[in-house]
Amino acid sequence: MTLNALLFQALNGLSSASGLFFVAVGLSLIFGVSRIINIAHGSLYMLGTYIAYSFATHVGGGLGFWGGIVATAVLVGLIGGLIEILLLRRIYRAPELFQLLATFALVLVINDATLAIWGPEDLFGPRAPGLRGAVELLGRHLPSYDLFLGALGPVVLVILHMILARTRFGRLVRAATQDREMLGALGVNQTLLFTSVFALGAALAGFGGALQVAREPANLATDLTALGDAFVVVVVGGMGSITGAYLAAVIIAEVKAICIGLGTVDFGLFSLNFSKLTLVAEFLVMAVVLIARPYGLLGRAQATVRTIAEPEEPIRPASSSLTASAAVVFALLLALPWLARSSPYLLVLGIDVLIAVIFAVSLHFIAGPGGMHSFGHAAYFGLGAYGAALLVKWCGATMGLALIAAPLVALFGALMFGWFSVRLSGVYLAMLTLAFAQIVWATVFQWEALTGGSNGVIGIWPPPPFDQANTYFWLTLVLAVGAVLSLRRLLFAPFGYAMRAGRDSALRAEAIGIDVKRVHWLAFAIAGAVGGVAGGLFAFAKGSISPETIHVGRSIDGLVMVLLGGIQTLTGPVVGATVFAVLQDTVMRQTEYWRALLGGIILLLVLAFPGGIVGAVMRLVGKARAS
Amino acid sequence: MRPMHHWLRRVLVGACAAAVAASASAQQTIKIGDLSSYKAFPAFLDPYRKGWEMAVDEINSKGGVLGKKLEVIARDDGANPGEAVRVAEELVTREGVAMLTGTFLSNVGLAVANFAGQKKVVFLASEPLTDKITWENGNKYTFRLRASTYMQVAMLMPATVEAHKKRWALVYPNFEYGQAAAAAFKKLLKEKQPDVEFVTEQATPLGKVDAGAVAQAIDDAKPDGIFNVLFGGDLAKFVREGNTRGIFKNRTVVSLLSGEPEYLDPLKDEAPVGWIVTGYPWDKIKTKEHLAFVTAYQKRFNDYPRLGAVVGYVTMKSVAAAIAKAKSTDADHLAAAFKGLKLDGPFGPFYFRAIDHQSTMGAYVGKIALENGRGTMVDFSYVDGASVMPSDSEVRKLRPATD
Repeated sequence: MTLNALLFQALNGLSSASGLFFVAVGLSLIFGVSRIINIAHGSLYMLGTYIAYSFATHVGGGLGFWGGIVATAVLVGLIGGLIEILLLRRIYRAPELFQLLATFALVLVINDATLAIWGPEDLFGPRAPGLRGAVELLGRHLPSYDLFLGALGPVVLVILHMILARTRFGRLVRAATQDREMLGALGVNQTLLFTSVFALGAALAGFGGALQVAREPANLATDLTALGDAFVVVVVGGMGSITGAYLAAVIIAEVKAICIGLGTVDFGLFSLNFSKLTLVAEFLVMAVVLIARPYGLLGRAQATVRTIAEPEEPIRPASSSLTASAAVVFALLLALPWLARSSPYLLVLGIDVLIAVIFAVSLHFIAGPGGMHSFGHAAYFGLGAYGAALLVKWCGATMGLALIAAPLVALFGALMFGWFSVRLSGVYLAMLTLAFAQIVWATVFQWEALTGGSNGVIGIWPPPPFDQANTYFWLTLVLAVGAVLSLRRLLFAPFGYAMRAGRDSALRAEAIGIDVKRVHWLAFAIAGAVGGVAGGLFAFAKGSISPETIHVGRSIDGLVMVLLGGIQTLTGPVVGATVFAVLQDTVMRQTEYWRALLGGIILLLVLAFPGGIVGAVMRLVGKARAS
Repeated sequence: MRPMHHWLRRVLVGACAAAVAASASAQQTIKIGDLSSYKAFPAFLDPYRKGWEMAVDEINSKGGVLGKKLEVIARDDGANPGEAVRVAEELVTREGVAMLTGTFLSNVGLAVANFAGQKKVVFLASEPLTDKITWENGNKYTFRLRASTYMQVAMLMPATVEAHKKRWALVYPNFEYGQAAAAAFKKLLKEKQPDVEFVTEQATPLGKVDAGAVAQAIDDAKPDGIFNVLFGGDLAKFVREGNTRGIFKNRTVVSLLSGEPEYLDPLKDEAPVGWIVTGYPWDKIKTKEHLAFVTAYQKRFNDYPRLGAVVGYVTMKSVAAAIAKAKSTDADHLAAAFKGLKLDGPFGPFYFRAIDHQSTMGAYVGKIALENGRGTMVDFSYVDGASVMPSDSEVRKLRPATD
């Protein structure tokens, strides 16, 4: 690769960097002020591309294209404002992260709405009027639109910087980022501020999406792609820092461009195709940055947020009525193979539900009482599944051995990643766990010789007698009950109290002699190991596994289950996992628009039960007792 | 007590009625379970659904099969193997389907094929292209309709060899399909043209190609020819960047699937003229069978067929033919019936090979051209799938003896 080629790839990278910056900066602003992790940010970006496409093709010409981009930004900003007013405003007082569930539901709804309005096909917009051609540079052709985009990033950065530094609105935004309660106490209208910041963030996402209309087709999958990119950029740059976001965008885009430029490089003994690294480059960058600089490149330690949610009630040992009903449920489940003789599918569904329960309970163990919101719990599920499957594939291990190995492999991974992760807290911890999960995913995906690459491992079927649905169901049931009870037991052991103390006040816990980091590290490892059990069971239940088992979608599903049931209760994850798994199963069959339906149901649940399902039941019971 | 009792009785009566109705309909229809990534890849699978709907109606209007109507129960496979296996189990255990069809992605198809082998259910993999479904991981109960990755690459080989270019660049999506296509291309070309050099390989993440950088890297490697496996949105981005940067000028480009309307039409007037592609020039195939298919399709849906429509249509036609031949819906009889099953589809006659369960339905190979501001294929010809298969002894080496 010549120096000119390298320079030119660096120039290429700048235009991609601008694209990343536009989508990330809005997310960063929103998070800084309202502490909301807006999962629907990528959906707003996607809407931007679609709306701009409609302007560019229906109005047409320079006005349709350039005017359309501005109009799109305004429209998406309005949509964002509406989302804030109609939905988010109602749940600011819910437990932290609950807003994540609401915005996740929005992702589902917006995706289906887009499908209904614009149809399934990719829509490729026209080239930008006035910037159709290419500029000759270093003996190569650089599209003039790329040049324009590359320059637009810094321009927007400067404008935003001026707004934040010089205007009253900017001062309020910066103040809210630092201490929003104080701002409220000083008499600032927070409602208006939150709405306008959310609208501004949404408008920036829409603007970013609209600008892509000349470079890539509007596509229904861009919502999650853009979201993933935006998260990485925001975290690498430092939450709330717009200059950091630009810096991070440039670094990530340049690393990718140069990986592509290098192509296959021969190192004598082996050769490495760098272009394959683009799958994981951004997550490698993120992991390195977070390990070296825990708050991102230009971020500062998060000020302790005095939560506006109601204080969490301490967990209590099970009441006698709960124990009794749990025993009844267990007995019913034991008898399910006979009860379900006429509809054998119930058992298949039952196995899925139980696996989901183990997964959700293990995630809840660290996310609830541990206060560590892992966004990458699928990594341990996947390590367990792959550990078991590969042992069968390469060593011909029996199912028993593989199922023992599954939690051990997951435990090993969780010990390793947990050591780094527990050093952080809040959203940074969430993002580092996500980064590790993505790295595991990419490794599994790329290491074809060992893992089978995108095909995964197939033909992992349980031997007799477990090849029958009823015996496998019992096996799963025993392991699920064991997992739930032992994690519960741990929470009421001194270890559990130490963990909760560390969550509620790290400082005070340290002062009475608890090594908070070590306790949280161990908790992380235990949760990982239990997640591995679920993974191992999953591999044998499906007979095959593939990299999707580790993908971010499963991590998010896990969080949704925990939040849906109620993160502050111990039965919450069990109920949440059951409801979510059954809902997904039934809703997917009901309608073509199952995503929107599922999203709508979650939205209803979110608005009706801000404490999760179990939280709502407990409040009802509490009210009945009080009266 | 009384209202409760009343309520309970109503439920019981309702349940009995439903059970009776269900068993009655079970006697009148033969259920087929189709699972595909309808949500994730609608551009291909929407026409696919329309295609099989049309086939089912045609079959049922002529009295169905074995005196019963065909009923398709379609489900989304969630575009991932774990979900697909769950859906397959649901179709088999709850719906009681006679056999399974569908799937789109190669890895999903493989997982369902493995499930079919394990649970002894016949599975006709309609879309997934990976060679492994019929070769390395082939099993007694799994059959495949579309021309495999190997076949599609082999179809392009004559034109590639004829171009006689020395330096080749490869660009492909980094998953089973892309990797397999790239490997097959390198192997086949090296056999025919031993002095060939592969100067760069770009393996891009599916759906996320950084088109500008990739196009530039290919240009910098100074190839004489480019082999492309990108499709969908990736293809559109790559073509636009490549056109703007002039990287296709004076180079031979050979490309898989790019002539299919699903992928060609979104490019509109930027369709890359001169690319040698496999595809489906739906408006130019004038055979009798195909004209009949297009007319019926356009009349019914007021839209033109994409390749997915042909695949969906032929899938259910194959299913009906196999059941009729087996005179039963028993899995072993059905599997036996599929072997050597002969059919006439919109592309003409084809059959399911007994040796590896691969159908010989071929594809059209030609060059992309621009007509009336949109892409189309010219100088094309139909390549029969049977003509590009490796020899039987080679296939036997690739496929484990499963039956």
